[in-house]
Parts: sequence; structure tokens; C-alpha cells
Amino acid sequence: MKVLVPVKRVIDYNVKVRVKADNTGVDLANVKMSMNPFDEIAVEEAIRLKEAGKASEIIVVSVGVKQSQETLRTGLAMGADRAILIEAAETVDTDVEPLAVAKLLAKVVEEEQPGLVLLGKQAIDNDCNATGQMLAAVLGWPQATFASKLEITDDGAQVIREVDGGLQTIKIKTPAIVTVDLRLNEPRYASLPNIMKAKKKPMEMKTPADYGVDVSPRLEVVKVVEPASRQAGIKVGSVAELVDKLKNEAGVI
Amino acid sequence: MAVLLLAEHDGSAVSESSLKALTAVAPLGAETHVLVAGGGSKAAADHAATLQGVSKVLHLDDEAFSVRLAEPYAALIAAQAANYEHIVAAATASGKNIMARVAGLLDVMILSDVTAIESADTFERPIYAGNAIMTVKSKDAKKVVTVRTATFSAAEAGGAAVVEAITAPGDDASLSEFVSEDKAQTDRPQLTSAKVVVSGGRALGSSENFAIIDRVAEKLNAAVGASRAAVDSGYAPNDYQVGQTGKVVAPDLYIAIGISGAIQHLAGMKDSKVIVAINKDEEAPIFQVADYGLVADLFEAAPELEKELEKVAG
Ligand SMILES: Cc1cc2nc3c(=O)[nH]c(=O)nc-3n(C[C@H](O)[C@H](O)[C@H](O)COP(=O)(O)OP(=O)(O)OC[C@H]3O[C@@H](n4cnc5c(N)ncnc54)[C@H](O)[C@@H]3O)c2cc1C
Ligand SMILES: Nc1ncnc2c1ncn2[C@@H]1O[C@H](COP(=O)(O)O)[C@@H](O)[C@H]1O
Repeated sequence: MKVLVPVKRVIDYNVKVRVKADNTGVDLANVKMSMNPFDEIAVEEAIRLKEAGKASEIIVVSVGVKQSQETLRTGLAMGADRAILIEAAETVDTDVEPLAVAKLLAKVVEEEQPGLVLLGKQAIDNDCNATGQMLAAVLGWPQATFASKLEITDDGAQVIREVDGGLQTIKIKTPAIVTVDLRLNEPRYASLPNIMKAKKKPMEMKTPADYGVDVSPRLEVVKVVEPASRQAGIKVGSVAELVDKLKNEAGVI
Repeated sequence: MAVLLLAEHDGSAVSESSLKALTAVAPLGAETHVLVAGGGSKAAADHAATLQGVSKVLHLDDEAFSVRLAEPYAALIAAQAANYEHIVAAATASGKNIMARVAGLLDVMILSDVTAIESADTFERPIYAGNAIMTVKSKDAKKVVTVRTATFSAAEAGGAAVVEAITAPGDDASLSEFVSEDKAQTDRPQLTSAKVVVSGGRALGSSENFAIIDRVAEKLNAAVGASRAAVDSGYAPNDYQVGQTGKVVAPDLYIAIGISGAIQHLAGMKDSKVIVAINKDEEAPIFQVADYGLVADLFEAAPELEKELEKVAG
């Protein structure tokens, strides 16, 4: 079974985000970019499936700017076998929408025929939490989102999902879409020898035109602004003072 | 055209988060229909019919919809879509799972985690863990929306809508199958609707120690939350996680104990009315958003807080 893992290049989760003065977006020039943390978990899971003899080949695919090659190389260094870059944006400020990404991924799925597509549950830049579900809809495939445990069975997969109130176990037929949550695994770091080896692994370059997919956005960005900021309050000297303030000043207890 | 709201319910009543989502769609000023599905859900449908602003309830009494699997739900909603311009649900785990699939089926871009509806086609939503607020205008004919409900109040009674029975489209249920559910048992209020939330972080050190948080919460009739680090370490169940990739809360009072205040955590609680932080490191970033900060060892401060609260209550 082939496993396809879509990986997105996003602002590193440690970077302090700044809104641009002209309110058109956030400042992405010269900031550290990394693989979306959830996608690292997805790549890790694919590698573990391969190590367990459940997966035969791992293909990482990214949609975005040319520099997403770096993100794909990270996936290859972790252990993926080959990569596909779909260059769909010219500047880092263009975020290809989940619907367009899902349509492109559906075309890749048609070509590659994977048994499983493992995505992150959410990209930490647009916070959409949508691409996996949309891809499942476009393909008419089952979906298991927010996975914290994945087990491949004879006729499909059993997945434990993080849901409101606790955990839910479902069975899905394969081929299927699984989106991964934080507790699924702890992704490995790529070793130096593997980083070197990754440079020789194949990377295919594609464009949306190759797949006949229209990626023009459906949402027009009107403006992007800073959230209302919160002022730091006061330090209290004791628990008794804290409780007094909560009762008599804030009136919340 | 009308609005369709997908309701979550427990069989007898519409959930708090769906009631808040109903309030959120009010600015659309459109006729609003509520979809209630599931076996033995008549009472929940009747409840929906009494809500202010609801003009029709679409009711599907069908066991297959009792567990909220995305495939049959999305197919059901897509089959109803022709009559609606807006299709809305609360941005719960279930709402996110189902509605993005609906958008995919309808070939429209999802509007996730919407915090304000400005007009029929213009919406506000946080991005980058709430470090930026984006206003977008949708060019799609239909808008599929999940609402971040934290800051909305629950819709109240005051309607008398008709309940109309509907049928499910073809059987899509074979794609996935429910096996079991392991719900964290708690008699505490729900995290997303509680007036007070007490959260614990990595500093608690063990699930036994995490009981300190429960005890403080009990004194305040509060819900219990946690940071990702506390959940990852197994001190607290997964659905306690507050933050960018967990739950978003905005209670009257949020007490963060032994939590550093990473941006991913702040994303889930910084709209709380009053924030209290107890942390032994006076440089901890959580103090930058706290109205009241106490620099102290939690293992001394939390038990003392429990006692002081008891005095106030007594
Ligand atoms: C993709 C991604 C998504 C994430 N999503 C979330 C999310 O949704 N929610 C979330 O919370 N995090 C999230 N995180 C994690 C986040 O970045 C932080 O790692 C996490 O919030 C830290 O948890 P913490 O504050 O409990 O632990 P720490 O950062 O380790 O802080 C512990 C704090 O306790 C204090 N302390 C220690 N001992 C004591 C004591 N005895 N008394 C008092 N204080 C003490 C320390 O001074 C410190 O400030 C996410 C990260 C990533 C990469
Ligand atoms: N541009 C992209 N390229 C590759 N994968 C993507 C892209 N956008 C989203 N994804 C995948 O979809 C997941 C969810 O993203 P989102 O729906 O944007 O929150 C991510 O974790 C990735 O696995």
C-alpha cells in the first residue's frame, strides 16, 4: 500500500507573528518557515507503517511556493521515498486555499492510487482544519479525522479519534483519508546521513495546469488586523489578596 | 435565502454550542432552519422548535445518525443544500469534521471558526493562533460556516417553529462504522460553557497532582482545562486541552496554574473576561495577559486557594 502525505510549509510555530502595516496579511518575509507540526506527525506515522511492513512507499506532496522544496526535503530526510511539488503560488504571501489543495491532491491520488492519505488535522497558519475532509469529499472516500491511534486491519483501518468529550473509535474502509492529531506519535528528527541521502531522492515538479485544476481563491481577503491586545494587570502578594480582589474588585466569585 | 443550522443534541435538548451558533447567525436576518438528526431525537427537535429565530426544524429520526459520522451527515446536509445560502454549525470537533466535508461536496470554500458575521458574504475569523484577525468576502454562492462560539450567548426560547420530518438520501454509511466511545466522566460543568475555568499545566507533574486543579475547580463550580503539555503527559484527558488546536473558551474567570502561556495556549483563552495566573516564574509570558498574577509555587498556592475559596463560599 502506498501512503501519500501532504505537507505544508508554514511559519515556524515559535515565531512571533506580525500583522503587516498595510493590513493585507502577516509578515512572512525573512521569517523562519518549517513543516506544519501536524504534518511531521503524519510523516512519522507513515514511516512507522512502512517499518511495520504495512506501507510499501511513502510519497510526500506539497502545494505552494518553490521554497516548499525544503519542506519536502525534510519529509524525505525523515524517511519518505519521493516527493511531488505542485508549484501553485509565486509569492509566500499567497496561501492556496484548502479547496484548491484538495482538488490538486485528488488528482495526485488518481495518479498514484495510494491506500491511505495521511494529513495534518490543521495548518497552523490559516487554522482551517479542512483539507483532509474536503479531499475525502472530492474523492468520495471515508475520513477519520483527529486520529490519536491508527491501526491498519485486513479490510481497512481502525482509528481512535480525539473528539469533544473524549475518544471515539471508528472503523473505515480503505482507501481512506486520515488526519492526525497531536497525540498520535512523536516525530523523529532527521539524522545527518539521512539528510544527505534525501538530497538524492526523486522530487517531481508540477503545476496546477498539469492537473487542470483552477486554484483561484474563493475567498477575497478584505483585511488582516491585529487582535485587540490585552493589558497585563497587577501582581498580587498572596492568595488571600487574590481572592479578595476576585471577590470585591473583579466581582467574578 | 434561508440559513440551515446543524444542531448537536443529546436526544432531548439542543447543545449549548449550537444555541450559541444560532445567536451568531442572527445578523444574517434570514429565515433560519435547524436540522436535528438521530434516533429518538424528537424531544431535541421539539426543543429546537421553541428557540427564538427558528422558523422550521428539519427532523430526521434515524438511528444511523445517532453517532455523528461525517460521511452520512455530510451527504444528508448536501442533499438539503439547494434551499439554503448559508449552512452553519458550531466549530466543535464534530462540526469541523462534518462541515468541511459538506463544503467539499458542494465545491465551495469552508469558512472555519468564524467569530463574526459582518454581512451575508463577509466574515471575520482568527488565523495564526489568533495573532491576526482576517476579514474575508466569499465569492461562493453558498457559504458553509463553522462558528467559534466562545463569545456568543446561547439563544433563548421564544419561537414556535414547525417540525418537518425529512428522509435520508442514499445509504453512505458503509464507508465508516462506529465502534465505541470513551467519554471522560465528569460532573464538572462543560469547558466551553462554564463561567469559570481552572486549568493546569506541565508543572502539575502527575495525574495524581492534577487533582489539585479539580479541587480548586470544585470550590468555584468551574470546568477543568489543561495545557497541551499536561494532556500529552497524560495528566489530563485530551478534550481538556485549551488552545489553538484544542478548545477555545471565554469564561468570566480563567485561572491558569503552572502554565507558561505559550501563544498556542493563549489562543484558546485570551478572550476570557478576567485572567488569573499562578506561576513560580515571574517572567512567565502568561503574566502578560493576566489581570491578577501570583508568583508562587503552585503546590503551596493552590491548596491555600482552595481553603480561601471555601471561606468565601462559607
Ligand atoms: C502544533 C502545536 C499545537 C499546539 N497546540 C496547543 C494547544 O492547543 N494548547 C496548548 O496549551 N498548547 C499547545 N501547544 C504547545 C505549546 O506550544 C506549549 O508547549 C504548551 O502550551 C506548554 O504547556 P505548559 O505551559 O503546561 O508547560 P511549560 O511551558 O513547560 O510551562 C510550565 C510552567 O509551569 C511553571 N511552574 C513549574 N513548576 C511550578 C510550580 N511548582 N509552581 C508554579 N509554577 C510552576 C513554569 O514556570 C512554567 O511557566 C501546541 C504546540 C504545537 C507545536
Ligand atoms: N498547501 C498545502 N500543501 C500540502 N499539504 C497541505 C497544504 N495545505 C494543507 N495541507 C494539508 O492539509 C492539512 C490541513 O490543513 P488546513 O485544512 O489548511 O488546516 C495540513 O496539515 C496538510 O497535511
